[in-house]
Formats: sequence, C-alpha cells, structure tokens
Amino acid sequence: MRYMPHTESDIAAMLAAVGVKTVDGLFADVPEPCRHSTPLNLPPALSEWDLDRHMEHLAGQTATAPAYNIFLGAGSYDHHIPETIKQLLRRGELYTAYTPYQPEVSQGTLQAIYEYQTLVCRLLGMEVANASMYDGASALAEALLMAIRTTKRRRVAVSRAVHPNYRRVVETYLRPTGFEIVDLPYGTDGRTDLALLADKSELAAVALQSPNFFGCIEDLQAAESRIHADDATLMIVAFNEPLAYGLYEAPGRLGADIVCGEGQSLGIPRSFGGPGVGLFACRMKHVRSMPGRLVGRAKDAEGRRGFVLTLSTREQHIRRERATSNICTNQGLCALAAAMYMASLGRTGFRQLARLNFDKAGYLKHALQAAGAELPFSAPVFNEFVVRWPQASSAPYRRLVEAKIVAGLPLAPYYPELADHYLLCATETCSKAGMDALVEEVTR
Amino acid sequence: MIGTTGLIFNEPLLWEMGAEGRTAFSVPDRDVPEQPLDAALAGDGPDFPDLSEPEIVRHYTRLSQWNLSVDSSMYPLGSCTMKYNPKTNERQAGLPGIADAHPLLPVALSQGLLRLMFDLERWLAEITGLDAVTLQPAAGAQGELTGMLIFHAYHAEQGRPRSKILIPDTAHGTNPASASLCGYAAVPVPSGPDGILDPETVARLMDDETAGIMVTNPNTLGLFEREIRRVAEIVHDRGGLVYADGANMNALLGVAHMGAMGVDILHLNLHKTFSTPHGGGGPGAGPVCVTRALAKFLPVPRVLEQEGGFVLSNDCPHSIGKLHAFYGNFGILVRAYSYILSLGPMLEQVSQYAVLNANYIKAGLRGDYHLPYDRPCMHECVFSDKRQLAHKVSALDIAKRLIDYGFHPPTIYFPLVVSGALMIEPTESESRETLDRFIEAMRAIAREAETDPELLHQAPRNAKVRRLDEVQAARKPCLMG
Repeated sequence: MRYMPHTESDIAAMLAAVGVKTVDGLFADVPEPCRHSTPLNLPPALSEWDLDRHMEHLAGQTATAPAYNIFLGAGSYDHHIPETIKQLLRRGELYTAYTPYQPEVSQGTLQAIYEYQTLVCRLLGMEVANASMYDGASALAEALLMAIRTTKRRRVAVSRAVHPNYRRVVETYLRPTGFEIVDLPYGTDGRTDLALLADKSELAAVALQSPNFFGCIEDLQAAESRIHADDATLMIVAFNEPLAYGLYEAPGRLGADIVCGEGQSLGIPRSFGGPGVGLFACRMKHVRSMPGRLVGRAKDAEGRRGFVLTLSTREQHIRRERATSNICTNQGLCALAAAMYMASLGRTGFRQLARLNFDKAGYLKHALQAAGAELPFSAPVFNEFVVRWPQASSAPYRRLVEAKIVAGLPLAPYYPELADHYLLCATETCSKAGMDALVEEVTR
Repeated sequence: MIGTTGLIFNEPLLWEMGAEGRTAFSVPDRDVPEQPLDAALAGDGPDFPDLSEPEIVRHYTRLSQWNLSVDSSMYPLGSCTMKYNPKTNERQAGLPGIADAHPLLPVALSQGLLRLMFDLERWLAEITGLDAVTLQPAAGAQGELTGMLIFHAYHAEQGRPRSKILIPDTAHGTNPASASLCGYAAVPVPSGPDGILDPETVARLMDDETAGIMVTNPNTLGLFEREIRRVAEIVHDRGGLVYADGANMNALLGVAHMGAMGVDILHLNLHKTFSTPHGGGGPGAGPVCVTRALAKFLPVPRVLEQEGGFVLSNDCPHSIGKLHAFYGNFGILVRAYSYILSLGPMLEQVSQYAVLNANYIKAGLRGDYHLPYDRPCMHECVFSDKRQLAHKVSALDIAKRLIDYGFHPPTIYFPLVVSGALMIEPTESESRETLDRFIEAMRAIAREAETDPELLHQAPRNAKVRRLDEVQAARKPCLMG
C-alpha cells in the first residue's frame, strides 16, 4: 500500500525487536468482546485513477458556474481567488504542519498568524484579534458566551436580522446552561428595530449583524448609543461579508466591543459551506476572557524577533478544569488564506473590489425593480438584497432553475412572514450580461 | 544584513514592505455604472499594505521554509497523530463541483455531494461499530461539545437533568472544558497503578447526579482501557451515558467495536485518523457517532435517502440544533472520504502498523529513557525525563535538542499523570529506517545529557530562532503590529 512503507521483512524484523510473534499479538490488550467480529464492510480500495473518475462523477452533479448563473449569497460568497493563494497554500511546509506548540520549528505559521491577527484588527477597526474560530456562527456563539462571562449577566439580545443559521447555533450553545435569548425584530427598512431595548434591562450583550442577513447596512452609530446607555452591556457586531468594510465604516470604529463573523469571502472556496474561518476581535481590556488561540511577539535567546502562542493560561492545557472555552485549535489554513487574500488586495485593491461589488448588486437591484420586482426594504445594502417577484410571474424560481439560473435563496423557510421573498446576491464575478439574462427571464 | 543570511532567509512583516498603489489582485473590468453611496455610512477602508504579486509569493514561500511539517520530516507528536497526508485527497477536494459548490443550492442541484455525506456517515458507523453519525462538528473539541449536548438532551428527556461528569486523568485536555460548556462539573477519576481505569473507582464516584463518563480509549498513556465494558456497565446501571473520545482511533481501525464496548457516543478527529492535513492548526472535522437510541438528538439538517435521491431534513424535533452555519467542514469530509476509498478494508493495516511502529520505538528507547507504565502500548508510547533530570536535563531540553537532529519534538508534559512526559506517536507511515534514525537521535541525546548537559540547555542551535522568551511574551503581550 503506497501510504505505508513496510515490507514483509521489515515487519518480521520489527516484531522480533518488540518481542511479539505476530501483528495480532500487538493487540493482546484488547479483550475479545471489545472487537469487531467480522472484517470491515467497506467498499473495495480504488486505484488513484478510479478514485479520480468516481470523484469527478460525484462532483459533476453540482450546479456551478459557468454552466449555471448563480445569484446565491446568504453567508457563502463567490469571489475571485488569485491563483497565487491556491498555490502558496498548498506548500507542504504550511499545509502539513501542526499547531505551533514548538515555536522554533513553526516560525512560518506563527508569523503568518501574527500578520493575520493584525490584518483582521485593521479590517474590523479593533484592538486585538485571535488566531481564528471555526466559522462565523460558532464565533457569534462564543462572543455571546464571552459577554456572559465578562458581565456575569444571563440574558442576551440577538437581532432577527442576524443570519438565521447563526441564531440556531447560538441557541444550541446557550440552551443547556439556561441563558436567555431575547429576539430583536427587524423594522420596515430591513434594519434591526431597537425600540424593544428600552424595556430590557440587565443584558450581557446586544448582537447585531452588518451587513445583516438581508444585505442591509445597520445604523451602528445610532445602535451604539442605545446599547451603551447601559454601561455594562456589550455591543457585538457580527458579519458574513467582510468585504463590505472596504466601503462602509468598520464596526470597531463605531464602538463595538466584540466583532466577529465569517471570513469565507477572503479567498476561501465555498466548499459546500465549509471550511470557512471565524474572524474574532475585541477590545484589549477583554483579551483575557477571549476564546481561542493568540500569537504574540517575543524575543529569542539572542534578542531576535520571533513569535509564540501566548496567554495560554486561558486554555485547556494548563488548568483544564478552569478553561475559558474548549477551543484548542483554530482554522489555521483558512486564516492563512484570508491573510494572503487581504495582503494580495492591499488597501487599494480591497477598496476597488468592495466598490465593484456594491455597484454590481446595485445595478441588478435597480434592473429588477424596473422590471416589476418589489424591493421591500429601503436601507442601503452591500452585494445582496431582498426582492419579491412581480405577481404576474408567480413562482418563477423553479422556471429559472430550468433556465440554469439559481435566482437567490427563498426566504419562506427562515422567515414565514416573507413568503415569495428571495435573497439575491451579485458579486464581482457576475457579469452584466448574466444579470440582464436574469432580468429578462423574470419579465418573460 | 539586508536580504539574506544564506538559505534561511530573513523576511520582514507584511506592513514593513510594499508601496501604496501596488496590488497582487486583478480587479475585474467594470461593466456597470457606479451606484450612489450613502456618505454617512462610508469609511476609509482597512489600512492594509499594498504589495505586488512577486512580493506576496516570496513572502509566503520564505515563511513556509521556517516550518517543520510532515512533508519535511518525521513528526512524532503523541495524541495529535501527524500522519502522511495523501496528495490525491487535495485533488478531490479541489474539484470545481466541490470547491465551488454553494451550500444552499436546491438539493436537486447537489446530489453527488449529499451522496458523499450519506456514504461517509455509513462508513464511519461501520468503522466505529455505532449506528448513526453526524458530520457537522468542525473540530474534535466541537465534537466533544456535541456529545455533551446530547448527554444533556438525553437526561432532560428522562426528566432529570444531572450536574456532574466523570473524567479520567488520562483523558484529553479539552474534555473538562467541553463538559463545563454544558454546565457540568468535571469530577476527576484517578487511573489505577497500571495506567488504566479501575472499575471500583468508577463505581465509587458514579451516582445519580452524574451524567456519565468521558473516556479516551486508548488513553493518553497509549494504553487500551481493558475494563471499559465493566466501566460502561457501572455507568449505565446508574442511568449514565458513556462518551468515548475517539481522537486515538488510529490505533483501533478494524479492531475495536465501540458499540460492543458499551460506548454510547464517540467523536472522531478526521484530521488525525483519516489523514486530512493539520494546516498549522486546522481546519479539522469532528464527526460524532451514536447508538440508535441517541440518533434522534443529532444536529440538523440530516441527510436522508428518499426515492432514489438525497434530501436534507430539518424535521427532527428532538435534535440538539445546529453546531455550524452549514454542514460542517465539508472540504475536510471529502479528504477523509477519499482516504477511506483509497484503502477500503485495508484500513486495518493502518492501525496494525501504527501500533507496530510505536512498540518498536518503545523497545528501542527503553534502555535510555524511563518508562513509567511498562505495558504493551497502542499507537503511542510515553517516556519521562526522570533519568535525565539527574543531570538537570528536562523533557523540554530533550525536545529542543531533537530539533537540531532534524526531527519535530514529541508532545511534552502531557499526559499530566506523568511528570516530565515525552509522548511519542510515529504513525503507520514512517519507514523502519526513519524510525531507526529517530531512535538513534534520541539515544545520542540521552548520552549528551550525561556528558554535556549545557549543549541541551542551549538547544536548538540549527533553527531559525533560538529559545523564545514565552514568559515575557505573556507578561507584556504584543498581539498585533
């Protein structure tokens, strides 16, 4: 077998050195009743060639561009990924290394994470970022738990305009310990309605998302003064399209205490929803209650600059019964891709690309409106928006799929009150011709 | 010296390079007009450095050369299972129909991917000997959390939530934190004199307030928990559940049947057992396998086969909910799927050779290093620095010196039950010649500890940097530039 080097004579010599007669004899400590009674019932091994054909067959059943024209976002975005990132990421020294516990042999990973932390802080306008979390949803759950730990309060408020899947993950994380979640409704403009906050006291945190699930930019300035009216309550801002901060003001500069969300947009393929990368940043004063790994600068025995994992007393491997969270790794490789992406665009490229995304979505939105689609929300958006199809063309969604167009995400399963509403997305990868084709199909 | 100092290049931080106006990205042509932007909401954009493509390529190539990895050298990191990562897996995960797949496509447009998930669940059930599987947890630790959420949901359904959980001192480090996320207090269970669980001890600690036990098997001493069936019986008799941390499954493929052992819930680390790369610390994947009785608690959505096709079902009223925005780290699942299909029933050999290699190292080093638990080991063996301490040489010094010999250090100071532990896991993919070279290096270090301990205190000498001052780094944290 090509992944295992042992020949028959290797095995014989090694068994002799160990002092055991057969390979089976090595498992003498496993009692008979604890064993499989029959060989594993798995498909036969495939040669590399056969495996390629099999995988191409499975993958070939997926609708992807350019055969399909796909206007889906909702937390997973189609952006161009530079070839440099794909190739650099595959370097075995980065790809097949472990968590950098031994800094002398891991300076590549450590410096890259330190640079990632810095770029994330600059992107979000925050003071400290960790080495990443699993995804945007668990990052939000961890942010709320962190607020509960810091404030010693038991209630949190979460906007209904936060990604519905993120809210489900939050419920899962918070349910067994009995922490209470208050829903904040969205208003007629598609932004969170904060009026309810007036009656809610003793909140550990208020969590908003911007751009929110409907693509709407929240008025974070106004929200900040409402939320911080209670000195203790933390303001959490989540996101799933960080590219928006190339154009819109970063939440950290508008007073957020914790900013967290999904970084898939930053050079990571969609891969059917994972892996992505959870970005997580907070104010420096909260760093010791922050979950996840951190890399810090250090000096070596000769005074040279180097990097180490640091502040690990918050973690499981020191005082395991008192750990802040059970996170024992990050999304290393995806964080690396995100850092490469941010560095590849630079400030100049990031602004240009954000502007282009804004303009493409704006074009599609107005073209659909002109074709008779309703736009229920009036707040400014970034690269996605909600539409309601014109009555005349009822249920065009399925007809469009037949024309190889996936016209957004039906919102009814997530928001029953939004039956017939769809969330559409257009990024820089959408051409004007593709968007015009959608508009034409809708009005047909 | 600007530029280089030989083959280990110096490399500045990203923002110490570049010049405003450069970019390594090719922005697509604009084919639509500019849209009006609300100036009150606009910002200046992030303060990123501007670099060209050659600068980016050279920067990350140089950084990569400072890392030791599985592709460069043996990585005997106990309990972390750093095995070879087959290159074909990367090809499969990068196929356009996989890498470019949107997770919210209508199910009719992603049937191949749903089939992949469905089959992988079945195979993991077969391999572990349990009945139902979720692929959703994004890492082993999130798998543990999933298991604890199921413990919680199960006891809540029985009408009696419980408050404590038993955790052996030979369990993995994240177990107590995962339990405490569900509000459980961790009760430590001391292992017996032979390094494994004593049923008497478990019987004494197990009561009606205790939700169950979290066992790592084989445990972090590399030993099989021979009494696991007795332990499971004791826990079940008092209404508890048995969780097994399957991070060490690389030792037991095709051998151990977790269901027969009395295990109710188990997580797997696909990045350990099923060869997906660690990537400098993730992404991993931590599927959770359960008995038929607990299947209804698994996270949603579930992949179901229906009329010859596959659907995603959210109609599961007992489910603990969701752990991930979509279906978990799908790209990692693809690599594990590819690995299983490359080996098929030959998976058994993986564990046979992993265990053979660990025992070979144990036999090779027992004359030079103290062996706290001298029993047949599974896929890893644990030594201590007890003999070398007499010369004021610690496990840390030994680890750092190994770097000079071109090997990644083993896991040190873990498990906690062994003072000065050196935990070595060679995995099945190392050849006899490599193992011999490793043994030779470890022996040379043992001799150096006796004759020239200062050499070890000064190690490593051949790395990019010498020992880093971690205490100062934590006292005055500098976490961004």
